[in-house]
Amino acid sequence: MNAPVNPKKLIKGGLHDWEVVIGMEIHAQITSRSKLFSGASTAFGAEPNAHVSLVDAAMPGMLPVINEECVAQAVRTGLGLKARINLRSVFDRKNYFYPDLPQGYQISQYKDPIVGEGEVLVDLPEGESITVGIERLHLEQDAGKSLHDQAPNLSFVDLNRSGVALMEIVSRPDLRSSEEAKAYVTKLRTILRYLGTCDGDMEKGNLRADVNVSVRRPGEPLGTRCEIKNVNSIRFIGQAIETEARRQIAILEDGGAIVQETRLFDPGRGETRSMRSKEEAHDYRYFPDPDLLPLEFSQDFVDGLAAGLPELPDAKKARFVADFGLSPYDAGVLVAERASADFYEAVAKGRDGKAAANWVINELFGRLNKEGLGIDQSPVSADQLGSIIDLIGEGTISGKIAKDLFEIVWTDGGDPRAVVEARGMKQVTDTGAIEAAVDQIIAQNPDKVAQAREKPTLLGWFVGQTMKATGGKANPAAVNALLKAKLGIA
Amino acid sequence: MSELNELSLAEARDGLKAKRFSARELTQAHVAAVERARPLNAYILETPERALGMADASDARIAAGEARPLEGLPLGIKDLFCTEGTRTTAGSKILETFTPHYESAVSANLWRDGAVMLGKLNLDEFAMGSSNETSAYGTVISPWRRNGSEAAIVPGGSSGGSAAAVAAHLCLGATATDTGGSIRQPAAFTGTVGIKPTYGRCSRWGTVAFASSLDQAGPIARTVRDCAILLGSMSGSDARDTTCADLPVPDFEAAVSRGVKGLTIGIPREYRVDGMPAEIQRLWDQGAAWLKEAGATIREISLPHTQYALPAYYIVAPAEASSNLARYDGVRYGLRVPASDIVGLYEKTRAAGFGREVKRRIMIGTYVLSAGYYDAYYVRAQKIRTLIKRDFEQAYAAGVDAILTPATPSAAFGVGEKASADPVEMYLNDVFTVTVNMAGLPGISVPAGLDAQGLPLGLQLIGRPFDEETLFAASQVIEDAAGRVSLPKPWWA
Repeated sequence: MNAPVNPKKLIKGGLHDWEVVIGMEIHAQITSRSKLFSGASTAFGAEPNAHVSLVDAAMPGMLPVINEECVAQAVRTGLGLKARINLRSVFDRKNYFYPDLPQGYQISQYKDPIVGEGEVLVDLPEGESITVGIERLHLEQDAGKSLHDQAPNLSFVDLNRSGVALMEIVSRPDLRSSEEAKAYVTKLRTILRYLGTCDGDMEKGNLRADVNVSVRRPGEPLGTRCEIKNVNSIRFIGQAIETEARRQIAILEDGGAIVQETRLFDPGRGETRSMRSKEEAHDYRYFPDPDLLPLEFSQDFVDGLAAGLPELPDAKKARFVADFGLSPYDAGVLVAERASADFYEAVAKGRDGKAAANWVINELFGRLNKEGLGIDQSPVSADQLGSIIDLIGEGTISGKIAKDLFEIVWTDGGDPRAVVEARGMKQVTDTGAIEAAVDQIIAQNPDKVAQAREKPTLLGWFVGQTMKATGGKANPAAVNALLKAKLGIA
Repeated sequence: MSELNELSLAEARDGLKAKRFSARELTQAHVAAVERARPLNAYILETPERALGMADASDARIAAGEARPLEGLPLGIKDLFCTEGTRTTAGSKILETFTPHYESAVSANLWRDGAVMLGKLNLDEFAMGSSNETSAYGTVISPWRRNGSEAAIVPGGSSGGSAAAVAAHLCLGATATDTGGSIRQPAAFTGTVGIKPTYGRCSRWGTVAFASSLDQAGPIARTVRDCAILLGSMSGSDARDTTCADLPVPDFEAAVSRGVKGLTIGIPREYRVDGMPAEIQRLWDQGAAWLKEAGATIREISLPHTQYALPAYYIVAPAEASSNLARYDGVRYGLRVPASDIVGLYEKTRAAGFGREVKRRIMIGTYVLSAGYYDAYYVRAQKIRTLIKRDFEQAYAAGVDAILTPATPSAAFGVGEKASADPVEMYLNDVFTVTVNMAGLPGISVPAGLDAQGLPLGLQLIGRPFDEETLFAASQVIEDAAGRVSLPKPWWA
């Protein structure tokens, strides 16, 4: 917690430099067909109260039964966070009244969570990386949703989400800037998506963050923290931290003190505001849920899940660097999404890894970003892109023509090789044809020929003219060689 | 045939099998008895049409030679068990309008085996009480009276409606629940037999929860054999209740006639409490003597943490109850008292919907779980619970097969006698029974005699986990020796 302070990360106040200290609680909805303690569906977007079992509605005498798939998902996530898996954990009741909490308590894990300490390696721009400690991961139920906009004098409750399984992933206060915090959430999200344990869809609320922010003078003990609840996009996480840190710095520099409280971030107004103070905080009266036995499973169960885990982003990145000779940066870009990495691997298979990376990152990602498309929606398949790269490698088309070909395939589809044939885009390697063009240009430009002998950089002009004359299809290497010979340039 | 309702459940079963009478006749006799006995207030809801419909179906089955174990036997259901399409109140105003869309596991098991439902039986509100005076649907009056007195006597609680109905022949047997003594104490007060099986023997699914780690369903009936028959149908594993044991159900009825030869019966010295009436002590000694005569070895044992059980129970049970009852908030079902905002709705609904005893326990439970008090109360109570469990484990490990104690510290008291007193005095009724719930063990109360005023007294036998069979065997010995209590003549009809 007292790692050396990086001066670049400090925030300048009016009087001093300040260090911001951030810890996060991420609520990640588990990908599962049914809820944590009932058989009701977890599908998003149904009619209100269409996915509500008797248990979810807390009818009298109803009892929770743990969903084994949710347990497996939590264990997989724990393994992905290199965390300790607790073979015995306990479900507790967190008691409070709220209309969208039918039982009057949330079933959660308090003292004995299913997953203990772990860590996440977070890459930052400029090649720096930090390790963020994970304190714990526990299972809990989501609440329902209150709807206040359906009638003027009434509120409605939708329990579709009530009882859906969440993982609360609690980090240590190891983050020192909004950039680090954003990078941490991004990385965590990547890991969850690789594991298939949470889809990370923040728009649907499937990943939410509570952000704990405090500030201190470098080297001093931790300051009083405020918790910003339910921030639902990575951009807002950054804004909320910046806003809250500046609010705290202003108070402290004015000689005031920070009051520990829960706050809400209002992105529209760009401010955080008090939700409830420590004194108003609920007394949740946690106690072990007597309806549920302690959750126990064997090391074999954990080992079985570990054996089925996919390759995770850190390992994949290292492999891309080692096997394909990529730069860590390019490898990092490619592994950010499992689908992108898979796409890249399909393109790179049996081809030059670097060339494949260039095409995937620069041409394909660039174009996808421009169109606002995801890799899954790419009009150009890995096979098609691979063919384009093959055509360059074989010398059938030039790099420049390849870009045109990419555009054609993007728009019209088709087998790139067939497109090249059909549209006559083949590179001309027939030296006779090229020679004729070269001879004509030399004959028409005797003054330039004379100059070129003095100033060999004029070769470029001749190359350009030749390419123009051949419709860009001449093999540039052949053009170069011929011109050099004919112009007498060494 | 007006006395068909006076048969034991086993006798009625055998009579139906032998076609001496029909299920309809048997049910009609009960329906009529229930109607006549309305002054006892044992039933919150009578369901005669449903009963007769089920009886007719049973007659058809019997005629077809497809009779099931409880075919055509009319039972009462404590109104804590949710019954599909039949209002279920838990004795509370807050559930006055609640009709479940589902059937509790225990009652469903009974219907599966062919039993007939006569109606829903009265109880203390949310099973919190020892006299049936906390019910929002009025006090249940015991069919018993003191010699030469017409003063109303309580049937005990919380399963007071079940016990009174069984004693007054208003059903052949009844379902009940026991969180701290709610089966055994009313059974003792009414001269009936009641068993609280091992925690996990019966599924809790669909039974309104009071204290989840203590609640357990069981039967009340007029004989040990009848209890054994009913428990056999009520119990069984259930994947919907993860605390329900995944064990086969033994043939309890077969165990009834096993006898006690060779068994060791423990007599715990800590149950000899200060101020225990001499007649209770005499009854206890008599019970031990009967078992000895039947071939058991009697051994004095020590259960050293007994004295802490009652205070610990009154921390654990209210703590769980305060959380279990949070769902009654007026939002989704049951009573709703409108208010201008949600907090007002909660406050008004719960203030109007819950009675005094329920409120008291919610407040106690909320207090003992609150920050700063949790360790001092709840955590210590759980430690005591562990010690109590260990006391029993050590006794059983030393060769004791079952433990004999009085069921209650006194016979039944009069209506109103304790209701207005210090609540702790009422809680003391559970002094001999709560240890059993705290340890999750099976316990049975069997009638053993009458007190000086002619009111019944019961003895309790406590068994090893999932060894209800030994309890049935030993209580049959007591029932045989004491003679079946002759139940009171129907003064109410």
